[in-house]
Amino acid sequence: MIVRILGEGQFAVADTERAALDAMDDTLMAAVDSGDEDVFATALAALASEVRRAGTPLADDAFAPSDLVVPFADATLDETKGLLAQPDDGGAADQS
Amino acid sequence: MGVMKRMSGILQAKTNKLLDKAEDPRESLDLSYQKQLESLQKVRRSVADVTTAKKRIELQATQLQQQADKLQGQAKAALTQGNEDLAREALARRAALAEQLGDLQTQHEQVSAQEQKLIDTAQKLQTQVDAFRTKKETMKATYTAAEAQTKIGEAVSGISESMSDAGMSMQRAQDKIDGMQARAGAMDELLASGALTDLSNPVDDIQAQLDKASTTSTVDAELAALKAEVGTGTPPPAELGAPEHGDAPS
Repeated sequence: MIVRILGEGQFAVADTERAALDAMDDTLMAAVDSGDEDVFATALAALASEVRRAGTPLADDAFAPSDLVVPFADATLDETKGLLAQPDDGGAADQS
Repeated sequence: MGVMKRMSGILQAKTNKLLDKAEDPRESLDLSYQKQLESLQKVRRSVADVTTAKKRIELQATQLQQQADKLQGQAKAALTQGNEDLAREALARRAALAEQLGDLQTQHEQVSAQEQKLIDTAQKLQTQVDAFRTKKETMKATYTAAEAQTKIGEAVSGISESMSDAGMSMQRAQDKIDGMQARAGAMDELLASGALTDLSNPVDDIQAQLDKASTTSTVDAELAALKAEVGTGTPPPAELGAPEHGDAPS
């Protein structure tokens, strides 16, 4: 599968890593919901570094859509909430 | 649903906006390439904006530093004149400026970090766009219509996603800079005319006091010299006007 870290790039990660990543993602989601900035920052950093560790950066000429997307690795809790609150219909895409 | 899946849906939605529904998948390669070039231009402009913001902060810091240096010199001059209170006042104001300088320094670091991130984003995007340009011709030439449908669709989606990502990175930098721009604007106003003169005007007060002290001592010295010239006699009131009378005829 292909995982993108926003602002960083895409990584090819073995499907066998999926369960481990999902578990870390659950921790991250719980941190978002709990609103604990420190727990959130730790969980996000852990998830991002696990993607980097387990994955291989995609070549520049490999153009493929991502299966999973990690927020900006240094995003704050508020920023991440803001990102997640964006409409799925891409209302904010005009700016990009 | 986890964060990653949700982020994926949001990025996908942004990306869909960039995709053209071209009849011929080969045509979508060219359309996508045009959009990529536009995206690159936007990212480059964004880098330029951030660089301008950085320069502005540097200019403000230079101005504040000059004022701080001036106050330092004035404190020294005041001490030389034996006016410790005035020296203390100058140093106190210098400390207030130093605090603002520290704040500018922090902003400068943040803007520099954003600038570097955007430069990296622009470089990465440039590399991908270059790679896409080469690849799209190969794809047009080698794929059958059926293959093209999926392969080209995937490639176009893939690079469009990178552009969405770059767009989000750009927006992020812009958001961070906006807050600083507002503060920088306020600082410019302060420096130009307004409230910072609460700090810089008194600087002139300090200068005025220093000048006054210096003038007084010069006048004292001149007076003493004049007294010596006129003679040791006790100068009557009329003698005070003597130099003026002396000047007028000659």
